[in-house]
Amino acid sequence: MILNYIGSYSLLFSLLISAIIFLISIFSIQNKKESIRNLNKLFFFQFFLVLISFLSLIILFVISEFSNTTVFNNSHTNKPLLYKISGTWGNHEGSLILWLMILTFFVFIYFLKSNTRPIRERLFTIVFQEIIIIGFSIFLLKTSNPFNQVIPTPDQGLGLNPILQDPILAIHPPVLYLGYVSTSLIFSSALASLICLNVNREWASFIKNWIFVSWIFLTLGILLGSIWAYYELGWGGFWFWDPVENISLMPWLCLTALLHCTLVLEKRSSLGSWTIILSIVSFTLSVCGTFLVRSGILNSVHTFANDPDRGVYILIFLFFLIFSSLIIYFLYQDKIISNKDHFNFLSKESSILINNWFVMYFLSVVLIGTIYPIFLEVLSNEKISVGPPFFNKLIIPFLIPFLIFMAIGPNLKWIKAKKFKIPIRLSILLFINLVIAFLVLKIFDEVTLKLTLLLTASFYLFFITFKDLIKKEYKNISQTISHFGFSLLILSIILNSFLSKEIITNLKVGDEINFQENIIKFKKIESSFSSNYQSLIGYFEINNKHLFTPEVRIYDQPEVITSEADIKTNLFKDRFLVINLVKDNDYLNVRYQEKPLMIWIWLSTILITIGGSLSFIKKYEK
Amino acid sequence: MKNKYLLTIFIIFFTFCFIILFKGLKNPNTYQPEFNQNRVLSDFTSTEFFSDEKIKLSTIVTDEKYYLINIWASWCIPCRKEHKFLIKLQKQEKIKLIGINYKDKFKNAKNFLNDFENPYQIIFKDKNGIVSIELGAYGVPETFLINKNLQIIKKIIGPINPKTYNEIIEIIK
Repeated sequence: MILNYIGSYSLLFSLLISAIIFLISIFSIQNKKESIRNLNKLFFFQFFLVLISFLSLIILFVISEFSNTTVFNNSHTNKPLLYKISGTWGNHEGSLILWLMILTFFVFIYFLKSNTRPIRERLFTIVFQEIIIIGFSIFLLKTSNPFNQVIPTPDQGLGLNPILQDPILAIHPPVLYLGYVSTSLIFSSALASLICLNVNREWASFIKNWIFVSWIFLTLGILLGSIWAYYELGWGGFWFWDPVENISLMPWLCLTALLHCTLVLEKRSSLGSWTIILSIVSFTLSVCGTFLVRSGILNSVHTFANDPDRGVYILIFLFFLIFSSLIIYFLYQDKIISNKDHFNFLSKESSILINNWFVMYFLSVVLIGTIYPIFLEVLSNEKISVGPPFFNKLIIPFLIPFLIFMAIGPNLKWIKAKKFKIPIRLSILLFINLVIAFLVLKIFDEVTLKLTLLLTASFYLFFITFKDLIKKEYKNISQTISHFGFSLLILSIILNSFLSKEIITNLKVGDEINFQENIIKFKKIESSFSSNYQSLIGYFEINNKHLFTPEVRIYDQPEVITSEADIKTNLFKDRFLVINLVKDNDYLNVRYQEKPLMIWIWLSTILITIGGSLSFIKKYEK
Repeated sequence: MKNKYLLTIFIIFFTFCFIILFKGLKNPNTYQPEFNQNRVLSDFTSTEFFSDEKIKLSTIVTDEKYYLINIWASWCIPCRKEHKFLIKLQKQEKIKLIGINYKDKFKNAKNFLNDFENPYQIIFKDKNGIVSIELGAYGVPETFLINKNLQIIKKIIGPINPKTYNEIIEIIK
């Protein structure tokens, strides 16, 4: 098939162009050339060639060309078109092309949008960026070429894992990748500005846009993944502290801290080296995520293939990035010009700094929880898995002061706050919230010290951000909305986690069961056929009015059984019903859950991203 | 000066991380159940690949030899990798190869054998995979080395590699 050749040769040529750009940039830096206009064509072609190879792979998937190994391993003729297309990035090789395509696209955009920056800094950014691109291109071509051929051509493919056949999951990887990959530009630009001694206000306000881009896409990507896990995996939760979820959370936490740091750098010319460190760490964590997921060192839904060669390659690349950025940082770190004024304790910048440290703490907890099992296994041959109790224990107590600082911080002034007045008012409000939290918990009979304090802090944040949202003349609408969204998110998560109810039982057709105030009736069971699966649909009635039709699907290519939960959502709670087959028995395993405020978890996250996006619109209006 | 110490500490720390992760990669991550050696393979009856006759395993396992039961399929990529070892084993005197064609189309399987040569003395069809399940197989490819009493001497999960190939040769010497 000609497309196999087109695809793999355009990848090769794109690698060649990357090398040319790299050499030109090095040459221009040495000769102090002042013009780099001619590069934009090369950037375009670099991107265009990867795009062609990506499109070839999509076409190969659409026409089910099984002479291609990737298509053969991940597709099947009777899959719906959407999943044939999404199958392109539903595997290791294809997703790496997508990764590379976004990488080359972003560097192209960077080149067009960075006219305001000094040429030397742009050149250095390009050098670092091209090193990353070349690294990933070689990785792709050498260890995971998507255009390998199977001879003789098989008649049929092996099919895509059915749990990945889902509309949300079709767009989850591209969105998440946009977030991951754009951190590379923050990394390159940070190192470049460090070398060129440009770590200043102007750089901060330039890089802020890229940080927002990464952060928004990463937030959306995580949200989509969570929603998928909630209704497809059938466990009835949205966050499991699975290694792969943690891997996406870590760069997110880091970016959140970075976002706030650049604000301080922009407004007060301070925290310069801290901003650089966070920029480096964000991207390193993204690559670290790629390593953990793709090397097969961890077992999870996202582990595509266990190929140690790939693991070794990314590991070496990852540590090459870590060591070289470490050395560059230490060489130039003294030269960062920083505002030496001490922060006043009651100022915006110190509250940002304090919360930055909290975020770093959360980040290290997640990082340790994720990689500790690997270290332990190597050092002592013991296999463990770190679950929610570890994270809950270490994170929740520190969440309380974090939320309170987050509530107070934005209301303080830069440099110095007015004395006493605000703190007194805020502490009265805090006390009122303590009472409210206590009363709420009393109603549900759940009073514990930790929960009371946690709820107090989140109510406090909620009311203060809500007050800002309705009262202020919108000095900083983006921040107000994001912070309100975040408070809503935390509040929904807390209420959701302690008010959720569930029952797990076995039921036969005609059975009835009482669960708290609900009567669950199993009416009948039906089976039906679809193009690529057979399904059993259970009909349940709850309180004689809500009809639930959860499904069990038996896919044929490959043969996998999945449970499709039926979820009824309203503003106050989700009712969640899922069935499972029990081998050799005529009853079904039924799980019914009531999860309050579920929809608010999704909505508040969307609100957070809307807040972030608004900062762009405002900037363009200016 | 202070920076230099800090840099050294960082470099040592990250080198340590690198070594640990590098070692971690070498650890096998796929779960392999403990296998009880010297178990007897359950006898089965299935149709022969070319003639469609019903044949019982114990009726063909009679000589003072070793038998290698190999579960394969034309759609299985690792099977192609291990094929060269099967061809080499076929040339050994003290061993006979028995194939079990797992969930395959007759036409594809025949093309596969034509393209890569047929190493098997006899091939059983296992259209719905039941025979392989009864043998206690985990997937394709999988190989059992047995003697005439149907005793399992060695079981290989996944494709045969140079190491397992040599082990088989050692056993049947």
